[in-house]
Amino acid sequence: MKNEQLLEMIERYLNGEMTIEERAEFDALRNKDAALEAKLEEHKHFTGLLRQYNDRHTMELRLNAIHDEIDVHTMAHDLMSHPSLVVRLWRQHHSKISVAASIAIFATLCTLFFTGYLTNQDPRYQQLASKVNQVENSTKQLEVKTNDIIKGGVKSTGPVITAKYRGTGFALSSDGFILTNLHVVDGADSVYVQNADGESFHTKVISTDPIHDMAVLQINDPSFKNIGAIPYGFKKGKSDLGEDVYTLGYPTDAAVFGPGSLTSDAGFKGDTAEYMVSVPVNPGNSGGPLFDSKGNVIGIISGRQTQTQGVAFAKKSASILKTIQDIPLDSLNNKALTLNSKNTLAGLSRPQQLKKLRNYVFIVKVYNQ
Amino acid sequence: MNNHFNVDIPADSEVILGILNNSDVVLKKLYLAYFPMILQLVINNNGNEDDAKDVYQEAIIVLYNKVKRGDFELSSKLKTYIYSICRRLWLKRLKQMNRYGGDIKDFEDHLPVEDEVEKHQDRDLQLNKMGEALQLLGEPCKTIMEDFYMHNKSMQDICERFGYTNADNAKTQKYKCLQRLKKLFFQQ
Repeated sequence: MKNEQLLEMIERYLNGEMTIEERAEFDALRNKDAALEAKLEEHKHFTGLLRQYNDRHTMELRLNAIHDEIDVHTMAHDLMSHPSLVVRLWRQHHSKISVAASIAIFATLCTLFFTGYLTNQDPRYQQLASKVNQVENSTKQLEVKTNDIIKGGVKSTGPVITAKYRGTGFALSSDGFILTNLHVVDGADSVYVQNADGESFHTKVISTDPIHDMAVLQINDPSFKNIGAIPYGFKKGKSDLGEDVYTLGYPTDAAVFGPGSLTSDAGFKGDTAEYMVSVPVNPGNSGGPLFDSKGNVIGIISGRQTQTQGVAFAKKSASILKTIQDIPLDSLNNKALTLNSKNTLAGLSRPQQLKKLRNYVFIVKVYNQ
Repeated sequence: MNNHFNVDIPADSEVILGILNNSDVVLKKLYLAYFPMILQLVINNNGNEDDAKDVYQEAIIVLYNKVKRGDFELSSKLKTYIYSICRRLWLKRLKQMNRYGGDIKDFEDHLPVEDEVEKHQDRDLQLNKMGEALQLLGEPCKTIMEDFYMHNKSMQDICERFGYTNADNAKTQKYKCLQRLKKLFFQQ
């Protein structure tokens, strides 16, 4: 039987156009021949799809006709829940907004970080360790060397490499204990001190007190000799407002005298561990001693306010005493550090006091990579 | 909500009967009754009016086929059923467009209709294939196929329309066309 004729029979069968006899015959054929059965099913399915395709198409036309009668736009306008503009913008653009916000936060953090805002350091407070001018320093070194050659002396002058930072320190005892600010020597590879005569001595940081920003150095240089009894005492009590005070320090290569008075009992942001003083100070003054008129140490210069002229801060002598007490005994070779309490400066005039003091105030030079 | 637009909502049983009788009046009533609900769903979930139209018409067709097959049980309200189908269709489309933000703002209760929508979309795919095959078939085959298999015209009518001298020629032509159509359909 030809395929064409077979198809015609199938179609007639499916459409119910066969006579009863033909139908019975075809049914019998179907039962016998599985291939015929499959062909019939396939044809049924395929024409079914064609019919469904047509149905869908007509349905779409009908639905579109109905749809065209609706004023969709007005309806949409009424049905739109109208969240605020912000909410809609957020819904539509939240991913973009998130990315932008992250970038903004990151940029802000970077800026804050690089401008030093994120460190604990308040920008209004300036610590007075001085970064040494490299050129100036090397010139100075040349000069010292030249002088040495001329004098024919064999003084030890410290390492030839230049110091990175500089501050001031002062003697706590005659055998080479020196107090300075921690921020001067923090992170140092090695620390030298230089006296008023220009001699340098190697020192070791034996104790630090981050709370009061103080560090105790010990000279461990063989060329160092006992410097004699300390002329000043350490005041245990508090000093009064309006007292004449002065400092001696090394903001430059020569010792600088800074007179002034005690202006407040509380320091930066009301810190009661500090005095506020009106003493001219500059980078390099950090770690310098603050004396009252009788020549007692009442504090240690540690910083100044950047936004106000002539306002400096000094840690009170009580903190100094506390720091010294806290030095671990084994760093002192089990020999407690006793401070001089006998003040030999009391009756002297200011220039005479300074003349005596000079030898006990040092430049602290800090070397690091 | 619907009262707001002054449309009367036909009873569910009326709709079922209307669909079975292929009634145009009922179809229109049905369409007008629930379109606002679906429009609201779509435009408040990142879609526009045309999206709503597409989704809604697809859902109506799903309902029609289901009723015509005779397996629609009135176990849920018609409204809920239509809403569920549309919701599912719209979610799928949002995902395809990568506009799905993770949550959908709902306005009605809904049923799980995932399987039904899957089945419908499979069938839709087949019908789309059929449409493409018909386009590729070209004239006069396309018209012969449409006249005979879709519009149920007799071979006699087709003979006259295309000017075939006898019915056998027309039959042969129809047979060839069907074979080609099958080939095109299954090739895709």
